Amino acid sequence: MEFVSPEGLRLDGRRPMEMRQIRAEIGAVSSADGSAVFEMGNTKVIAAVYGPREVQNRGQQLNDQALVRCEYSMANFSVGDRARRPKGDRRSIEISLVIRQTMEACILTHLMPRSQIDIFVQVLQADGGTRSACINAATLALADAGIPMRDLVTSCSAGYLNSTPLLDLNYVEDSAGGPDVTVGILPKLDKVTLLQMDAKLPKETFEDVMELAIQGCKAVAQYIREVSTQNFIFLASVSQLSVIRNLSMLHISYLLAQTNEWSI
Amino acid sequence: MRELQVGLNQTQKVRLQSALRQLEELSSRVSNSSTASVTVADTIPVNLEDGVLKGHGTTEHNGEVVATLCGVVERVNKLVYVRTLRARYKPEIGDIIVGRVIEVAPKRWRLEINFSQDAVLMLSSMNLPDGIQRRRTAVDELNMRSIFEENNVICAEVRGFQHDGSLHLQARSQKYGKLERGQLLTVPPYLVKRRKQHFHYLEQYGVDLILGCNGFIWVGEHIEANEDEMMIDNKSEETGKPDLKFTALEMQEKAFTPFVTRRNICLIANAVRVLSVLGFNLSLEVIIDTVEASSSLNLDIKDMLGAEFCVLTAEREVKRRITLIKKKC
Repeated sequence: MEFVSPEGLRLDGRRPMEMRQIRAEIGAVSSADGSAVFEMGNTKVIAAVYGPREVQNRGQQLNDQALVRCEYSMANFSVGDRARRPKGDRRSIEISLVIRQTMEACILTHLMPRSQIDIFVQVLQADGGTRSACINAATLALADAGIPMRDLVTSCSAGYLNSTPLLDLNYVEDSAGGPDVTVGILPKLDKVTLLQMDAKLPKETFEDVMELAIQGCKAVAQYIREVSTQNFIFLASVSQLSVIRNLSMLHISYLLAQTNEWSI
Repeated sequence: MRELQVGLNQTQKVRLQSALRQLEELSSRVSNSSTASVTVADTIPVNLEDGVLKGHGTTEHNGEVVATLCGVVERVNKLVYVRTLRARYKPEIGDIIVGRVIEVAPKRWRLEINFSQDAVLMLSSMNLPDGIQRRRTAVDELNMRSIFEENNVICAEVRGFQHDGSLHLQARSQKYGKLERGQLLTVPPYLVKRRKQHFHYLEQYGVDLILGCNGFIWVGEHIEANEDEMMIDNKSEETGKPDLKFTALEMQEKAFTPFVTRRNICLIANAVRVLSVLGFNLSLEVIIDTVEASSSLNLDIKDMLGAEFCVLTAEREVKRRITLIKKKC
């Protein structure tokens, strides 16, 4: 099958090095300590973080660090065929583990001993790259929950089809059976926390594909930082009366001049 | 905020958005110089030559001070730390908190207080109902359930951290103890500021309001200070039999909350709910102001949670902040 047309366009009309549109939203689950929705094209994922809270199973309690748990699930309606999936199938257990390890690497667990952090991610719409979308959503949710982290982990996938490196594979490209490299990085520290690959790739090509995925991660990182900053500023400005109260007179008179003209 | 916006119609949405934008503008004009907000892994500009103490929410990377939280940078002399908003409660000694008993353990109760661990209230660190200072005996220990049971709501004070890192509470005064006949509300802890006064008696409504520092808020029927109760007990003991009937009647009356008070509890609770959904700081003045606004509009209590009142509250807040700034001048 032809995945890249002679004009250099992919099946969904993207260029090989183009990502799908990304969109993120913080605060989707009101009962959670932190939550986020993350979309990459048609892939849509929701993440909720609870904690740090008391460890539910005392036997698992760690005296020097927090326990991080993660649960990945796919909604029945997330894929086309609407098959009833058992909750703990091998695929979702594996992805839960991957997400948990990736997040654990960036959370400063030693600051919250004897407590537990639960991350729940659910795929609402699956169109390839759910793993990366889940990691991105979980990062945002953790930042929203005010959990200290080394860096905001971001993830993105890349593949190699028709001898072209392709960024951010969708479902059709993913199921073509070609190599699929998922990378998770800490953009500020410039470290890789996740690297997975299906199928084989020659060493030289692999470097190119991975470099492409890292570029994708960096683009995601930039967007995620923007979203979380925006969200924080909004919350702060709406709630913080004290900022206004602790003002120097000079500042107020300047402000008053502005409010006057604006109230007319 | 988002789940709220679903219920709004188009006009209300626009009004709410413009109100929130005004609030944002107001505080951004004010705070541009003094406070800087950072995201995870942002570098915090510091003058390393002066020597810097890295506080909460910061680490060091390549000789730079880096934030590990989303929040505002606070500086106190050499100390630099990041204060975050939406996080779990961080206890400080002397905080007044409201919590729920989840377990009765030997010599202690375990309380859920929205902290990363359960808090511990020792039997020895609270005044027993009889009010006499004495050693706690094994009998007291057996009768612990007669003081607090599971799922009781309790008000207490933060005593401090033990060596093993667990959080201990104390309730050594009449004002602390079990809370009954009211509603417990949970709001994000950053909305409650630490004040001199966290217990409020709203006389005109006959309602007690406790703003727990941990974001648990209690709205309940007003309870007279216990001293009077003890006086009555003494009296009945002196006079003997005839008063028994009287006390029984009184007991019955006590178990019953008048309809008006119940309405008032809901009224105040709904005001708190509206404010917390909008993300406004909770203080006594603002809550009372919201309650009065609703009664001046002749709104039903249930309509206070409706879209229209929510938008109105946001618009009132904008006005209030503008007048506050003008007043300061």
